[in-house]
Amino acid sequence: MNKRFLKEKLIRAGFFVTALVSVLVLGMIMVFLFSQGLPIFDQVSVGRFIFGTQWYPTAEPPDFGILPLIAASVAVTAVSSLIAIPLGVTTAVYLAEIASPRMRGFFKPVVEMLAALPSVVIGFFGMVVFAPFLLEQLDLLTGLNLLNASIMLAFMSVPTICSISEDAIYSVPAELKEASLALGATHWQTIYRVIVPAALSGISTAVILGMSRAMGETMVVLMVAGGASLIPGSLFDPVRPMPASIAAEMAEAPFHSEHYYALFAIGVVLFLFTFLFNICADYIAGRHKQVGAATL
Amino acid sequence: MDLIEAALERRPENKEADGFRAPGMSRRKAVQAGMFGLFRAAALINGLALLVIVFFLLKNGAGSVTWEFLTEQPYDSMTRGGILPCIVGTLILGLGAMLVAFPLGVASAVFLSEYAAPGRAVRVIRLGINNLAGVPSVVFGLFGLAFFVTWCGFGVSILSGVLTLGLLSLPVIIGTAEEALRSVPQTYREASLGLGATKWQTISRVVLPAAVPGMLTGSILGLSRAAGETAAIMFTAAVFFSPRMPSGIFDQVMALPYHIYVLATAGTEIEKTRPLQYGTALVLICLVLGMNLAAIWYRARIQKRNQ
Repeated sequence: MNKRFLKEKLIRAGFFVTALVSVLVLGMIMVFLFSQGLPIFDQVSVGRFIFGTQWYPTAEPPDFGILPLIAASVAVTAVSSLIAIPLGVTTAVYLAEIASPRMRGFFKPVVEMLAALPSVVIGFFGMVVFAPFLLEQLDLLTGLNLLNASIMLAFMSVPTICSISEDAIYSVPAELKEASLALGATHWQTIYRVIVPAALSGISTAVILGMSRAMGETMVVLMVAGGASLIPGSLFDPVRPMPASIAAEMAEAPFHSEHYYALFAIGVVLFLFTFLFNICADYIAGRHKQVGAATL
Repeated sequence: MDLIEAALERRPENKEADGFRAPGMSRRKAVQAGMFGLFRAAALINGLALLVIVFFLLKNGAGSVTWEFLTEQPYDSMTRGGILPCIVGTLILGLGAMLVAFPLGVASAVFLSEYAAPGRAVRVIRLGINNLAGVPSVVFGLFGLAFFVTWCGFGVSILSGVLTLGLLSLPVIIGTAEEALRSVPQTYREASLGLGATKWQTISRVVLPAAVPGMLTGSILGLSRAAGETAAIMFTAAVFFSPRMPSGIFDQVMALPYHIYVLATAGTEIEKTRPLQYGTALVLICLVLGMNLAAIWYRARIQKRNQ
């Protein structure tokens, strides 16, 4: 019996160690990003790197200012959120509250398939179909711009926002809904006065994770955003968000050159942005966890 | 009863109030109908987006997807020929990634759902998984480049790509495996433990077999995600052109997503290879959406059986 007990202990420990792999990998990602990114700060100060407005990594002498890239990332994330948040949340409400089981059975796979579309395919679509369309409709210099990238990104973050919000709406206790309906409220009044407020923390988590996804998404901004490292002044400016810069330049940056370190440093900045988003999401989700009707 | 009726009688605007309630109600109903229409439209927009993308790829790509396209090597500096090496490469990378992620993910899920008591360790592990899920794929690519390619010395190879993709899909696998474990009724565990089985015997002989179908669904989803991933393999595994099929885990591979990207942006004759780009994109989404449909269908079947 003692031997059996020991075996059980060992097995438990084995599973524990495996479960730690995720934490370990996250730690290693940080260590390697920082170790490859920090050497650039021997050349430029942190302030000049982050607030410098000139990104000419291959010029002589090179300029490593990533403010245009950060601004572009923030801009595409913000504009795509303007589209993705209303669309994602309303779709979630529709799926969880309004749709008949048959419509739900149809639209839920649709959203899941939208989530499954490879980003390179969406980028390709934005490049060869949507960009010419924009060019024709709006009489622009280029169809590859901030607006195009934001719209494509929006459809990548909608599934994230939608599925997490839907879970949150589902987990609102039925008593709340029943009480509201029993007081004579219509279904719609119940939705926007009772159900959505009760699910708000889950919906906020969904929104933050959706934005985090938009910010980190690479292929779409690489193919569609236009690639000019300028601080965007209008919706129709071509831009170069951080992931696009990393992906486009890594192949041509000589190993362990300043440019190579600078790209890793951009990776660090990008990682910190998304890390912050995720910590916020985690905090909100944990802080306002809905445990039962009694907590309201 | 009498008292209530008397009270109603005494209310001066009783009649008018009754008269007003109907239009008030119908206005509320109209608002509701309008709003629900909007919500339905939102769901439709998603459907429409999917439809438009698939439609354009089908319209422009169907013509180039022939038997030769699927079974031949590319030639004439990629402007003609097929994409067989890309299909093979993508399958190798996807399956390899699952080989890495599935055991790790299932074991993590078993710990979290069967062993762990709520506490600091679990909080840290969950935080780790959630944050890993949020790491952008291009950052995974950088990590793969710095760690597997350079530090471990694997070079740009299948091995580096598979390990990077495996870690990238780990959170998905853990999530679906946990869900599968949660859906195993508690009574199964109690019955097994009640018969004198140990915890491990219960897990390995009762819980895991019951959860396998759900876990397989998850691994199909993980596979499809890994197969469509581009940024993570750009610096770790993918090569634009390789004259021969990969023969070992230290070879570079061609892959469908990377092939689309390079043909569409950096090829020498972007316009001329447009049909090839559409064809490759079509093959990729057929592969990915096909896997997803299979997973959705399989999941629906399991749910029906469980009810």
